Amino acid sequence: MIEFHLNGRSGVAPYMQLIHQVRQALRLGLLREGDQLPKVKDVAAGLAINPNTVLKAYRELEYEGLTAARPGVGTFVTGTLGGTSLAAHGPLRRDLQRWLARARHAGLDDESIEALFLNTFRSAAEEDIA
Amino acid sequence: MTAVIETKGLGKRYRQLQALADCTLSVPAGHVVGLVGPNGAGKSTLLNLAAGLLAPTTGTIEVLGGPAPAQLAKLGFLAQDAPVYATLSVADHLKLGARLNPGWDQALARARIDQLDLDPGQKAGTLSGGQRAQLALTLALAKRPRLLILDEPVASLDPLARREFLQDLMEAVAEQDLSVVLSSHLIADLERVCDYLIVLVGSRVRVAGPVEELLATHHLLTGPRRDPATLPDGQQVISASHTDVQSTLLVRTSSPVLDPAWTVSEVGLEDMVLAYMRQAAGPGRRRTPGNHLEVQK
Repeated sequence: MIEFHLNGRSGVAPYMQLIHQVRQALRLGLLREGDQLPKVKDVAAGLAINPNTVLKAYRELEYEGLTAARPGVGTFVTGTLGGTSLAAHGPLRRDLQRWLARARHAGLDDESIEALFLNTFRSAAEEDIA
Repeated sequence: MTAVIETKGLGKRYRQLQALADCTLSVPAGHVVGLVGPNGAGKSTLLNLAAGLLAPTTGTIEVLGGPAPAQLAKLGFLAQDAPVYATLSVADHLKLGARLNPGWDQALARARIDQLDLDPGQKAGTLSGGQRAQLALTLALAKRPRLLILDEPVASLDPLARREFLQDLMEAVAEQDLSVVLSSHLIADLERVCDYLIVLVGSRVRVAGPVEELLATHHLLTGPRRDPATLPDGQQVISASHTDVQSTLLVRTSSPVLDPAWTVSEVGLEDMVLAYMRQAAGPGRRRTPGNHLEVQK
């Protein structure tokens, strides 16, 4: 069983924080298929957050195919994360290193690189949604 | 879904003072509703009207589908500072609750007193602030209400007692079929526990709705200096500040902001609430150092 925590200053919506923590636990192997997630009541009471927030996070995880709810029993892990994509990390990292070298060569400093990356990342993410 | 509180043109006047005016609200069931606003905005008046303890001067208020005063049995109400009977023991309070309330859940009351580690024989007057608030919450919950109204329940509590109170409240919400309306100044708390928000300033409701919807429809726009009057129709300006070259606007709009001149960022709940408070307070309360704050009426 994992335990959730909330960062009140992160600016990330509480339900997103819960989702991130489950995904992170799956990536790190802290949660495996068949494991139960904390009960909605216990998360709400433990963190002093609205139970609807927890329900929303659990519904989202279910929609992503990572968990399944068994009515009256609880929510259980049904999927895994990371295993299949790890192989792709190496080549992607090398692409990114080449890109970074080009950015430096063009005279960008660290902050400019970060801003450009985040900006591009966000607008690409927004296009995906739209 | 039915409304737990439905008001139409609700107003309350105490002699010269208009405490609440023209309040039209429909609060759906199944939410934890946060009521925010400055002192004297009319929060307690609205909550007391909902609890049936005050009669409206104008308009109507229905609670759980009926006139407010008739719904007392289905309602838990915690007035400000969690009043308890100082000379009665904890056990006496439970006895009193059992006598006065037809739907009283003695098992729930006992379990909570145990869980809180309260001595049943102790006089309520000698309890700590946190314990008093928890005793009052126990009485309200053991009534098995469908709607719980809390007037600044955590304002006088230390941070630990505050967190424990909210933890127990959220546990009750998860376990019981319960809607909650609570007023507070502590927006960080409200952000955790509330999924619906009402901003009340100067005796009027400024904005009300599900928190998620409010956050999704309020944006902070920064860009080259511009007259807010030139914005598209659908964008309602809540606050605006300008320097000689730049404008920063907080707008409410249900459609996306497409103008490429603006950098659009998300707004936190606290900044949104503060913008409404400032807007209502008028230009007299401008407090943005280095900026010229202009508030749109």
